[in-house]
Amino acid sequence: MQPTNRSNRLLLPVKSWFIHLSLVIALALEYVPTGRLPGVPDWVALVLAYWCIREPLRIGMGAGFLFGLLVDIGLGAAMGQHALAYVVLAWLANGAARRVLWFPPWQQAVQVLPMLLAAQAIMMAVRLLAGAQFPGWSYFLSSFTAVALWPMLSFLLLLPQYQPVDRDDNRPI
Amino acid sequence: MSYAGNQPPPIFRRGPAPLVRLFLLVSLCLVMLVADLRFRYLEVLRQGLSVVTYPLQMAASAPVDFLRNASRYFATLLEVQVDNARLRARQLEVGERLLRFELLEQENARLRALLGMAERLQVKTLAAEILYNVPDAFSSKVILDRGARHGVEPGLVVLDAEGVIGQVTRVYPVQSEVTLLSDRNQAVAVVVERSGVRGVLFGTGQGGLEMRFLLADADVQAGDRIVTSGLDGVLVPGLPVATVSEVDREGEAFARILCEPLGGVETSLQVLVIGREQAGPPLPEPDEQVAPPPPAPPKGRR
Repeated sequence: MQPTNRSNRLLLPVKSWFIHLSLVIALALEYVPTGRLPGVPDWVALVLAYWCIREPLRIGMGAGFLFGLLVDIGLGAAMGQHALAYVVLAWLANGAARRVLWFPPWQQAVQVLPMLLAAQAIMMAVRLLAGAQFPGWSYFLSSFTAVALWPMLSFLLLLPQYQPVDRDDNRPI
Repeated sequence: MSYAGNQPPPIFRRGPAPLVRLFLLVSLCLVMLVADLRFRYLEVLRQGLSVVTYPLQMAASAPVDFLRNASRYFATLLEVQVDNARLRARQLEVGERLLRFELLEQENARLRALLGMAERLQVKTLAAEILYNVPDAFSSKVILDRGARHGVEPGLVVLDAEGVIGQVTRVYPVQSEVTLLSDRNQAVAVVVERSGVRGVLFGTGQGGLEMRFLLADADVQAGDRIVTSGLDGVLVPGLPVATVSEVDREGEAFARILCEPLGGVETSLQVLVIGREQAGPPLPEPDEQVAPPPPAPPKGRR
């Protein structure tokens, strides 16, 4: 695969353990107690969306469900709240995988934004239906900070797959 | 679909279609949500899986703990001196009251013995510190640094120097979760100190409190102090909770009574966890409350 589908640069195949390690690191970042600070990105949702777009055959709704449950338990949220949002997020991201990879990173970010917002809207709808208090519109700020990190994330998570450039003028790609 | 009994080759096998998987997982999530939010069935699963997440949580909170301890270490001398002077003054004031209190307590015990009344209930206390807010944006909860290992149980009251700030709702091995009074789903059984009117205090979700279901002519005025009644059988009676800030008797059958919490519900860090030493008297079964009507006398046959 290439970094984006228009790129000429070939990547090494992704290692399965690296995908899972990155998700676990995102889970640890999610657990960092930041309190009520607005705009802290939902790291697991971001990394999950990344791998769902990048590797739709390996990471999908099952992983979304599992990591959603772990987030629910760690954050003391309702059981199934994040799981539900992440399952839908993974479904949306898997479906968009073939299109999104044709664009440069910041245009990918624009396409990921509605998916993250949809996941947050689902969580809000579920909790408001259950009678919780409205957290204010700044709740949705975290999706915007998350997609602002998308270009950097797509570089960082592809880093193990880059190999040193080996220039050869006689080779077609 | 297989054709004439042949399985498709393995490279085409990808399990159920995405929409089917989505439907299955979403319905599973919805079932879990209902089971957790409505019936609280999943506490066992939560406790079990928290064994997996606990090391990660410890690792994640380590840098934050380090920052907090560092900032405390570098607090300036001046701050500590001011604090010290304030605490000494308070110590004197409280010490004098404590002397009188001990006298009164002995006298009270004697009088109760004379009257043959039951002993006042024993209270256990535990000092704790609030670590951080629960990051769930839909509720007002905090995490304490004391848990089941230190004797915290669900239902205990949490208060600071001024008044009640919340109630323990979930207990982990070395931490516990406190639902603050300002949470929309938190209710406390209270009594108005001046008039003895009983009621239930709810959080409004915006930092204030509201005493609901009191009739429009209830004896409540702005400025009244509200304390816990202990009628729920869980809380310790007589703890200060709030003062009435506004009473609106216009409108429907019920008065709209807004209150301000006395304790620093969103601000205090050092707190006390208080509970009854033994559980209250057993609640009557719902069926026993109303005596069955006497059987109707047989009619007719003479």
